[in-house]
Amino acid sequence: MKYIRIFLAFILLLIPITTNALEVNPVRNFFSNGVKEYRLGNGLKVLIIEEHKAPVATFQVWYRVGSRAEPSGKSGLSHLLEHMMFKGTSKYGPSMLSKIIQKNGGTDNAYTTKDYTVYFELFSSDRINLSINLEADRMQNLTIDPKEMISERSVVMEERRLRHEDDPQSSLFEEVVAAAFKVQPYQRPVIGWMSDIKSIERDDLYSYYKTYYSPDDAVIVIVGDVNADEIIEKVSHSFGDIPPESSRKNFSSTEPEQRGEKRVLLKKEAELPCILIAYHTPSFPNEDSYALDVLSLILSGGKSSRLYQSLVYEKKISISASADYSGFNNDPYLFFFSATASPGRSIKDVEESLYTEIEKIKTEPPSEREIQKAKNQIESSFIMEQDSIYMQAMKYGMFEMLGGWKLIDRYLEGIRKVTPEDVVKVAKKYLKEDNRTVGILIPTKEVKSEQ
Amino acid sequence: MNSQQFKNHFKKYLVFLFLLLSTIHCSLSTDVFALDVKRTVLPNGLIVLHSEKHNLPIVMVTLLVKASQLNEPKDKAGLANLTAELLTEGTKNRKSTDISEEIEFIGASLDVSADNDYSTVTLSVLKKDINKGFELFSDILLNPTFPQAEIDRKGELIKGFLRQREEEPSFLASRAFKKEVFGEHPYGRLIEGSVETIDNIKREDLVRFYSDYFLPNNSILSVVGDLTSDELDGLIKQYIGEWKNVKGGKHTPTPLSRGDLPSTLAGEGKGEGGFSYEKKTKRIVKIDKDLTQANIILGNLGICRDNPDYYAVSVMNYILGGGGFSSRLMQSIRDEMGLAYDVHSFFTASKEEGIFQIGVQTKNESANTAIDEILKQVNRIRKENVSDQEISDAKSYLTGSFPRRLDTNRKIADFLASVEFYNLGLDYVEKYSIYINSVTKDDVLRVAQKYLDPEKYVLVVVANQKRANIQGAGSQFRSIH
Repeated sequence: MKYIRIFLAFILLLIPITTNALEVNPVRNFFSNGVKEYRLGNGLKVLIIEEHKAPVATFQVWYRVGSRAEPSGKSGLSHLLEHMMFKGTSKYGPSMLSKIIQKNGGTDNAYTTKDYTVYFELFSSDRINLSINLEADRMQNLTIDPKEMISERSVVMEERRLRHEDDPQSSLFEEVVAAAFKVQPYQRPVIGWMSDIKSIERDDLYSYYKTYYSPDDAVIVIVGDVNADEIIEKVSHSFGDIPPESSRKNFSSTEPEQRGEKRVLLKKEAELPCILIAYHTPSFPNEDSYALDVLSLILSGGKSSRLYQSLVYEKKISISASADYSGFNNDPYLFFFSATASPGRSIKDVEESLYTEIEKIKTEPPSEREIQKAKNQIESSFIMEQDSIYMQAMKYGMFEMLGGWKLIDRYLEGIRKVTPEDVVKVAKKYLKEDNRTVGILIPTKEVKSEQ
Repeated sequence: MNSQQFKNHFKKYLVFLFLLLSTIHCSLSTDVFALDVKRTVLPNGLIVLHSEKHNLPIVMVTLLVKASQLNEPKDKAGLANLTAELLTEGTKNRKSTDISEEIEFIGASLDVSADNDYSTVTLSVLKKDINKGFELFSDILLNPTFPQAEIDRKGELIKGFLRQREEEPSFLASRAFKKEVFGEHPYGRLIEGSVETIDNIKREDLVRFYSDYFLPNNSILSVVGDLTSDELDGLIKQYIGEWKNVKGGKHTPTPLSRGDLPSTLAGEGKGEGGFSYEKKTKRIVKIDKDLTQANIILGNLGICRDNPDYYAVSVMNYILGGGGFSSRLMQSIRDEMGLAYDVHSFFTASKEEGIFQIGVQTKNESANTAIDEILKQVNRIRKENVSDQEISDAKSYLTGSFPRRLDTNRKIADFLASVEFYNLGLDYVEKYSIYINSVTKDDVLRVAQKYLDPEKYVLVVVANQKRANIQGAGSQFRSIH
């Protein structure tokens, strides 16, 4: 393997930089206006959007790896690696990266999802070259010092306690998702189970890093007050020599069809009972995903939507009620319903009311105005998001993870075509009793005294 | 157009003629940043700030109204918040559901909220729907009716949410901390009030609060986006031209007050306000919950926004615990000791003195170690000068990150309103760097000594108390279950 890498690096060095970064397929329309797409010789894809409204820019590196790729027993590996990416390379010591960025007025962070991991910086645009150097460095030279790793592993365990163990709603979410899937790795929380996190060793991280963090499996997104021609030169210069990695395994698994409702109960110190229901649904760009999106907004797109109006406003049995569907996943995922009972109201009534709303939309097509409202909300949010260069870059990066940023247009086209009948059809097809996992949080209150 | 309408239009025309004469153009700029802002005072007293941004077909509106918890009686805590919440729950022209349906149909948002110093009405709307957006904005602002059924419904909802929030360790810690630091001062209460005080609020209280404070001569309107001056003038004329000040602009609304009771601030020792007995003592509040982590807040009373030390405190706080991964607390407690995911310090510089607090969450068993380390770092920054590198890094971050505070139209709209409210001056963008760069190491040491108190602090620990086993010899304890 080592020989192959050296060989590839040698070839890449011979390729003149300018030909390394050819713009491919320029397309121009409302959302793709001004997107410049390049591919370097080593497979690294680069998207640049010049946006000169303010003297700021964001630089983001997207790796196509998330918790979905983790071997069993090692959940949380992707996320712990994300943490280690801030703990030093052969060039910069631990935590130097963030310090360098901050003293230049920038901010940096990262996050891990089921499908991908993103690293980003936000800067005044005159400092953006720093990102290029730092990100190119940690794409190839990460150290993962064993001592640093042990300390950071305990930091992540604290993060898990903070975000999951001591948060009843978040705990319920973990329970429901874990019960909904028996095969697909989406079953596991991104942060990992506590005992899995504890078992992760330095070498697990290092080989994972070497396997998945390579230019051919990454996308760079730059949005802001930059000059595309200038910055692509610099990107090619810093990233162009990083060898690609070909030993990656493709992972795929299929969740068998669910045949019967699953129910989980969680008893935990909490104040109000709440319910979370999950139905298996396909992801974008499946043809049904557009109608599912519109359906979720009809049910839950603001105070005028059906669930709020019925459960919160009219019946007053819930303090909150919502539906949540996002088809932006690599594999099929879930359509969620959640609600918290009002003080003194029973969670059984809340559950029944949710089913009443679900049955209603299966039998009676929504009005044209409801459909139009949902479409307007989606179109408007796409425009509003462009107020922020960070959100803009996130949008392009996310679509890139799903197959290519040009899918944005396909997505909006798909949404525009949804009819009331489509919504009824997907509601009937997926929101079925046999296809759901129901989780209920039952508050317990331990009375303890302390003097 | 009938004759009455015509007369109104003519009157408004004269008003705008006057307006043009009193308009000031300002330019907010730094070396790298320029922001053109037009500041106008309307005859009804409304201050209008406008910045044109034509890069996107959107308009962001922020109306800041000087009405907050500072204006509430203690037994009606939550009045400002409930008033704000009720604005979108019924007008002379629309029922609650009509308001949300119409605004959501155009994919816009229209929100009203109250905070510790002021309330805001914010509208985010596409340019093509600007008329509809302003129509709804104006309707909720000028014509709210406060229907009794909606008041009851909202009151119950807020009480439900307050109940649910009892689940959050950070909420419990923060609520207890503020109460302990501020005593009877309004800042010591939740903006939502409490289950008891919400029940005390009657419809007439809401109507009075609204008519006392939601006035043009008590408000600042900030508009940023794809809108020319002429277009904005036309919208104001058409939709909020009827907004009347009190007594023809001669009356000034009740000034912000410390509420209806004399306040007892932490350490002042007036013997009122619950636990503030003694001057020189630390006070520890322990709340027992079945948790894996201890949620810890340590701090004391801070500074107000117009304190001249604001900038030195900003630099000091950055170095201590405000500077993310660069801060001393993060380096020691997270990076070196691996004790926590998050540790931070901040101060809230409000109209009146706010809080200074250090917060950390760590497993129950490490609580004492984390508290000791926090105190060690507080003592260190009060005893020794910070290094040249630290002060220089802090200044470069604070000044260099300023443009990012203004990188969206939404942020600019909110920023302009708050610059006006806190009297920072329209040249604040230029001045900020100068203020920060003039801070010296001696200033940092001086403000650390002045505003951090390693003896007389408030410490709140929400945890499994048996496991956390908080040490605190010689301090006053209070346990809440």
